[in-house]
Amino acid sequence: MSDEPATTRIFIMGKAYDVPAGVTIMDAMEYAGYRFVRGAGCRSGFCGACGTVYRKEGDYRLEFALACQEMVEDGIHLTQLPFTPAPREDYVLEDLDPTENVLLQHYPELARCVACNTCTKACPQDLEVMDYIQAALRGDLARVVELSFDCIQCGLCAMRCPADIKHYHMAQMARRLYGVSASPAPGHLAERLQEMEAGRYEDELDALVAASTEELKARYAERDIEKSSEESA
Amino acid sequence: MSGTGDVRVDPYPAEMRASIERVEATRAGRLRDGPTAAMSAVERDELLKAFHPDYKEDKKRALAIGPSAGQLLPHEVAEVLEAYPLLEPEAVERLEPDIEVQVLVLGGGGAATVAALFAHEQGVPASEILIATKLRHGDCNTIMAQGGIQAADRPADSPPIHYLDVLGGGHYTNDAELARALVSDAPMIIDWHERLGILYDKVGGEYLEAHGGGTSRMRMHSAKDYTGMELMRVLRDEVRNLAIPVLEFATAVELLLDEEGQAAGAVLMNLETEEMTVVRAHATVLATGGFGRLHIQGYPTTNHYGATADGLVLAYRAGVPVIDMDSVQYHPTGVAYPAAILGQLATEKLRNQGAEPVNRDGNAFVYPLEPRDVEAAAIIRECYGRDGGVSTPSGVRGVWLDTPMIDEIHGKGTIKRRLAAMWMMWNRHGIDISVDPALVFPTLHYQNGGVEIDARGATAVPGLFAGGEVAGGVHGKNRLMGNSLLDCNVFGRRAGIAAAQWAQEHRPGKGTLSHVARYTASLESAGIPRARTAPMILPDYRREAVLARTLRGG
Repeated sequence: MSDEPATTRIFIMGKAYDVPAGVTIMDAMEYAGYRFVRGAGCRSGFCGACGTVYRKEGDYRLEFALACQEMVEDGIHLTQLPFTPAPREDYVLEDLDPTENVLLQHYPELARCVACNTCTKACPQDLEVMDYIQAALRGDLARVVELSFDCIQCGLCAMRCPADIKHYHMAQMARRLYGVSASPAPGHLAERLQEMEAGRYEDELDALVAASTEELKARYAERDIEKSSEESA
Repeated sequence: MSGTGDVRVDPYPAEMRASIERVEATRAGRLRDGPTAAMSAVERDELLKAFHPDYKEDKKRALAIGPSAGQLLPHEVAEVLEAYPLLEPEAVERLEPDIEVQVLVLGGGGAATVAALFAHEQGVPASEILIATKLRHGDCNTIMAQGGIQAADRPADSPPIHYLDVLGGGHYTNDAELARALVSDAPMIIDWHERLGILYDKVGGEYLEAHGGGTSRMRMHSAKDYTGMELMRVLRDEVRNLAIPVLEFATAVELLLDEEGQAAGAVLMNLETEEMTVVRAHATVLATGGFGRLHIQGYPTTNHYGATADGLVLAYRAGVPVIDMDSVQYHPTGVAYPAAILGQLATEKLRNQGAEPVNRDGNAFVYPLEPRDVEAAAIIRECYGRDGGVSTPSGVRGVWLDTPMIDEIHGKGTIKRRLAAMWMMWNRHGIDISVDPALVFPTLHYQNGGVEIDARGATAVPGLFAGGEVAGGVHGKNRLMGNSLLDCNVFGRRAGIAAAQWAQEHRPGKGTLSHVARYTASLESAGIPRARTAPMILPDYRREAVLARTLRGG
């Protein structure tokens, strides 16, 4: 790393700027004097606000990334995408029937998928986007959940799709439907709720709320710490 | 993506690599012997006083004016609380309301979204609710919460046990009624999430529940290390299904109060055009989050771009006292290397799955799951009190988080499966944390204190409710892992319900900014310099050399 140049020449919407090497696209643009209103959110790779397209010098392809995570390179041409216009379908979760292909009913354009894999190439989370679209076509909810779980909903897939599929909105619906139909809460949660309803812990909580700091300190010091038993995975 | 297919060069410089070899040499022994013992209460106190940034008294000052005058808090917070408004009060009062709703929710994160959903459930029609937020709906700290959410739902656990953990973690400074509400509502919140289709990690139909720093029972529910993102995207999806209106890039710059001092809505500013919008509301919920982007004591932060304490500023001018603002949560493990992602979060889940902090010689020096303030202080001591830190080429010091231990304990592939976000974050920079340890140092993470609320989420201003990170008292002087996602749900819900009830029974008079005029007068008599204005809205990370040559800055 030490033999890298101290500065990198980047092009923001066509204008050249020299920025420090080894910084993210977002930091480089701020260094150059840009102040974000759109195109910056959590700045840690979780919110999907800073989807960016860029092209490297001498390369014919467009590349896709999150500006807060991707480092600048010499000769990179870039900009921020402020907004993805991708309509989503409203639904009432309780009314969805998981045995029917409700995904296709709500998003019929899924059937237009030409399996070009452009969505997968655009995904900054490295998800197998096209594969979950194919799973959705088959009505395989579990597979959609598995493949789409890490989606941050930046919208780059939908922006690139030649079939105008709204991948991330469809997958959101699939995950919620799977949650309510195929991933029930463990029984002890309902039992705890019944206990709470019956006021099982009220006296104990009354006593704790009324307790002096000295009493609380003594009880805290006496707590038994549950052993981390090895979970199966 | 970059990097794929390339021949991998070592992402660590030679000196760091040599230290990693010492970490590898001690790993088997550390795995065999188990973690360092937890500290006693006396040891914790001594460590905090000597090394935690909160205990440096010269980094704080007493507020000169306002409802909490005399309270000590960081200079950076005092600078925004003791600041002049952006608006001329007279100019806005000529404006008629542009929008009128029953419940106005300020903020766009977890607490705001939950408040809107429960205001609706209380019978307020969707069209009578407005969520107004600075950035996009979901550009917030909630979405970045990785590790999990606490709820005492297993038979071996109980809300009273959770309560004791919360109080001990907060050094017994918590508001008892707020802490009680937090632990009592937790199982019900998880149940609500299940009904919304939120996917918590389960194995064989049971929750995969783990410890967090300072917990005595395993009650951390997670969704891989995307827990906050899974929560936020589902809650937001439900708001969209219900067609609750959301105004994005519309940030509150002032609250409106009527002549009786009752909350009457807010003035919003369109971030792109700077046009003002006056919203008249029967009840207002403040869910604007915390202050990470104030960079207290110069620390980098895990927080989102808009975390500039605006809600705190507006409420304080309106007469709402603040509490516990002297305490700041530094997350023990922020990224220390590479510099490009300095200060970003390395989730506590890495430690609850077995990764241990070790020094440059590969020796463990602290129990991995102390409460956050204690763990952070121990890492600072190791780097600056004991010379056990590892230096990076950019001059930052940190300690190793021995992440390969996770796969050693739970089996190969565990990191990629349960800590997918963490694996990806470092892998983007060529570091595979299932093979090499990661360098970490504390980073500014959470506003422990905030505006004072009661257990319903009510503030000192009638008709103004608050919940989530903007509010204080729940966690006292130190929050435990997994209690912030819980907090924004519990108190977002309570504030939303209370606001709906208030809105159905009260009609405020005409909104005014006379409280702002009064506050301005006290700023003047306290001799606060005119140039200091707030809310900050967004931090400015442009280079000074560029700013100095702009038309405005030159």
